[in-house]
Amino acid sequence: MIILDNVTIAYGQGHRRLVAARDVTLAVPEGAAVGLVGESGSGKSTVLRAIAGLIPYSDGHITLAGKSVGKRRTTAEKRMVQMVFQDPYGSLHPNQTVDQILAMPIAIHRLDKGEARIAKALSEVGLGREHRYRYPHQLSGGQRQRVAIARALILEPSILLLDEPTSALDVSVQAEILNLLARLRREHGLTMLMVSHDLAVIAHLCDTIGVMSRGLLLETTTADAMASGEVVHEYTRQLLRSNAGFDRSSVSAGDLDISAA
Amino acid sequence: MTAAPVPGTMRAWLLAPAPASRMQARFGRWFRAWLGFRRNPLAMSGLIIVLALVLVAIFAPLIADPDAAIHQVLEDRLQESSWAHWFGTDELGRDIYARVVFGSRITLTIVALVSMIVVPVGLGIGLPAGYFGGWIDTVLMRITDIFLAFPRLVLALAFAAALGPGIENAVIAISLTAWPPYARLARAETLTRRQAEFIQAAELQGASHFRIIATQIVPLCLPSVIIRLTLDMAGIILTAAGLGFLGLGAQPPSPEWGAMVSSGRQVLLDQWWVATIPGIAIFVTSLGFNLLGDGLRDVGDARG
Repeated sequence: MIILDNVTIAYGQGHRRLVAARDVTLAVPEGAAVGLVGESGSGKSTVLRAIAGLIPYSDGHITLAGKSVGKRRTTAEKRMVQMVFQDPYGSLHPNQTVDQILAMPIAIHRLDKGEARIAKALSEVGLGREHRYRYPHQLSGGQRQRVAIARALILEPSILLLDEPTSALDVSVQAEILNLLARLRREHGLTMLMVSHDLAVIAHLCDTIGVMSRGLLLETTTADAMASGEVVHEYTRQLLRSNAGFDRSSVSAGDLDISAA
Repeated sequence: MTAAPVPGTMRAWLLAPAPASRMQARFGRWFRAWLGFRRNPLAMSGLIIVLALVLVAIFAPLIADPDAAIHQVLEDRLQESSWAHWFGTDELGRDIYARVVFGSRITLTIVALVSMIVVPVGLGIGLPAGYFGGWIDTVLMRITDIFLAFPRLVLALAFAAALGPGIENAVIAISLTAWPPYARLARAETLTRRQAEFIQAAELQGASHFRIIATQIVPLCLPSVIIRLTLDMAGIILTAAGLGFLGLGAQPPSPEWGAMVSSGRQVLLDQWWVATIPGIAIFVTSLGFNLLGDGLRDVGDARG
């Protein structure tokens, strides 16, 4: 469904050019959920935004649903890929009610039965009628993220991109949102690509996990292999150790050479 | 919030935590802003002054004799305050009370026309500059800089002198000098929101640039533009009065406050009321708009 072929993404020009992701090759089959894990600045969010079409890529090819997508996306291509952002406080317009937020995509794509679609999207993400005419500041963090998910799903996309969808939420709410995403994936046959720095969150939702560091996709493995520690790359082992809790040995002496493997 | 509203009342409907319609949600939001505004006594006095001015302008023929404002009675010239002439008469025997009342119409007309020109022009220049950036931003902002480089009153005087005296030309002259700060404000407000995730979400959903600017950015820019406009009203009124004082604004016999101050200048020492009464009208109106603007700003701050 999503195929990245040697994609390089760079910001800036000339000597100020900064390569955020280099030669990333990744395939996400239809209906699969793939996670990208890595620390801050590893380029994982950059890759997600390039797939969404929010930032251009300088080299390589991105193929979505069998079609190579260019710099300018058509309306149909935009409808196919939707995204849930990290911060539910920043991704909802502060002066618009939930109803207005959900009505805009319907107006853009001139969809019919708007009224029914909004009601259905709200009930799918577990929000009731009483939430429909509230402003974002009248909702909790978890409810806001549900609105953001409803906004992404109202266009009936086949691909859902998730940029750390739970990292701004309470731990108790995180599980609810993850279970909601897992259920929606089952019900709609969504293809998901999720980015997170939290291995537990990724492992909960994704079967395949890619490990990124400093703009490189180091290795692609499965959640089971991760759990049993069967990983190839030294960086992944370090990541696993640091996720296991504070452990002095996880802080390796000196700089780790990530280009070794 | 204070005590819980009694169910079934208008107040309960407005403050409902779960509104049942778009309209109820919108009115509820305005009502909450109004509750915040009402707690500020200075802002309320500003609002009362501005409302009083508007009412005076609308009902001018009912509270003053329109004929007395322009009819010259030379044997009654320069009379002191009396029951017949509350604020006295001017050097042509016209009733100053009636002239001040009818002058409010001219002042409000100028203020309204200037706002209707300045806000669309300011937004039209500032929003694309902030949204698109790059060379569009550079070109639009350098044009703004050129207008900003001239001292405001001098530029307005030059335009008014070149276009010829009159209210319409005074409005154009004031507007030409008043829009650049609005363009800058709109640009700055747009820049702070340009990278917001809700804008990216709208882009991702396929919203056009026009739709994003109109539905996502304008609602966030408008409050600060309106506050700025209210605070600028005092300056606009003073500029209009200044142009009238110099004979470049409204022409005689129309009862423009600035022109009235100007005509009372020669008799300032002996018949002080001729210049002072319209001066007080200008002062109170400017003060009212300023207090109102301050109050609106405080309400805006509390919410943002």
